[in-house]
Amino acid sequence: MTATDRIARFLFAFYMVAFFVYLFAPLVIMGAATFNTSRFPTVTPWQGTTLQWFNELWNDRAMWQSVWTSMVIAFFVVLIALPVGTAAALILTSLHARARGFLYALMVSPLLTPGVVIGIATLVLWRQLGVGGGVFLIVVAQASFIICYVMLMVAARLQRFDRTQEEAALGLGASKVMVFRRILLPFLKPALIAAAFLAILQSVENYNTTLFVRGFDTPLTVFIATKVRTGLTPAVNALALIMIAITVIGAIAYEVARRRQAAAAAQRAA
Amino acid sequence: MAELYRRFGGGLSTIFVALVLMWLAGMVLAPNIMMVDYALRPNLPPAQIGGPNDVYSLDNVMYLANEAVHRSIFFKTIWASAFVAFATFVVCYPLAYWLAQHATPSQTAIALLALTIPFWINEVLRTLAWYIILAFRGPLNALLLSLGIIDEPMRWYGNGGVLAGMIYAYILFMLFPIYNAIESLEKAQIEAARDLGASTWRIHWRVVMPHAKAGIATGCVFTFMLAAGSYVAPALLGAPGSRWFTEIIYNWFFEGGDWNRGAAYALVLLVLCLVVVLVTLKLARVNLTDVAK
Repeated sequence: MTATDRIARFLFAFYMVAFFVYLFAPLVIMGAATFNTSRFPTVTPWQGTTLQWFNELWNDRAMWQSVWTSMVIAFFVVLIALPVGTAAALILTSLHARARGFLYALMVSPLLTPGVVIGIATLVLWRQLGVGGGVFLIVVAQASFIICYVMLMVAARLQRFDRTQEEAALGLGASKVMVFRRILLPFLKPALIAAAFLAILQSVENYNTTLFVRGFDTPLTVFIATKVRTGLTPAVNALALIMIAITVIGAIAYEVARRRQAAAAAQRAA
Repeated sequence: MAELYRRFGGGLSTIFVALVLMWLAGMVLAPNIMMVDYALRPNLPPAQIGGPNDVYSLDNVMYLANEAVHRSIFFKTIWASAFVAFATFVVCYPLAYWLAQHATPSQTAIALLALTIPFWINEVLRTLAWYIILAFRGPLNALLLSLGIIDEPMRWYGNGGVLAGMIYAYILFMLFPIYNAIESLEKAQIEAARDLGASTWRIHWRVVMPHAKAGIATGCVFTFMLAAGSYVAPALLGAPGSRWFTEIIYNWFFEGGDWNRGAAYALVLLVLCLVVVLVTLKLARVNLTDVAK
């Protein structure tokens, strides 16, 4: 090994450590600040270890109200996004190449639109119809781009669908509706579950779009951002820590499930 | 369309078409058309709407062009977003290359899981974490003071803070497309270049990066767009002197009370993003179909 190699290796190791510190330090510090007595969330100086902020969080009615608002929004977003996204994917696959290209561009366009613009466009349209900001508009604005994710995930799975199954069922006398319900939908189920999961996550974490259409309703992300302006205490960190714990467990569970499925598929193929 | 009806029958197909029509016409096209309509009309008291003064014009867009402060914030937002894209690329490229070409499968799996965890957590919380780190009496200043790098605490909120928070927030959007692109590069090509005497720098510049061009373009486009359209990072990590274009749009709507002008500014932002996206993809010869993966 030459000297330059050794230097390069050292530099790369340094970069890797720096990268992962950069990635995790913010989350660790934010989590650790939950247990500091200091009224402003920080880890320097450490004024004493406490669990009082969890208590304060538990008693924060406004915070729980915002969690509830976010859950209601996510529920309705999923309710809209799953059927529409699936329908979009099905229509897309049964078109000729040229029409498909155009429709595809139109369907993914919300993903290439800045979130604030989606919020604003939804707001001005519905004001014209006499509807102001609030939970309803948040659902409409969020669904308009979350449908894209559902469409992409369902379309990806549809590519592996074997159409002869449908033909066989039809040949055996099943109706078209029955074939859809008993063959295509069960085949799409894993993609639909994953899409629902992603849709909930996207809905709960959205801020840029939601901010413009929220009216007087306060979902969780808006609540947290407002707290930063009006008086941040480690109670918000306690909330962040809980959300991080839930998402990490969720992410690992999702990953494990995905791998198990991939392994099962590989076994079937072998 | 005929194919759709043949496959699913009249009832189901009609439902599918109706749902998608409701989405594309009612939730995508109509709002954007209404936004353009707002942007081109003057802001009038209710009594005058539909009257002789209610005519289409480019006044609201011209207002942005002539207002020096807004104009400079607009251009700052563009170059700062481009900088965020470039900086995120520099931060991500070595790791993406290593993951795609050198890491063992289990190393890759662990690294990818570790990378995704911070990104399952929402953007507001990620920004909040930086808000805490960069505070005047926060950990970063404490660390730098104790190491003797600075003598007095620094004020990080402002342009520096906004950029740091954004780069952090968009790492994954850059890393994955580049990783996917480099992964398909044959190791033999790199070895051949090395055997022929190319330096490491030259191998990356002439072999790896041209191969990963599509992935790099996709990552940069997404990062640019997310940065230009971001509201959280500038709102939380900014200072009064570091306003972002989205904040001005927000003020027109909820403080200035001029929705028409706000809609015009939003339209300018949308056109900017679309132009950047389409031109970059065209230059890198990337298909829209490949982007959405």
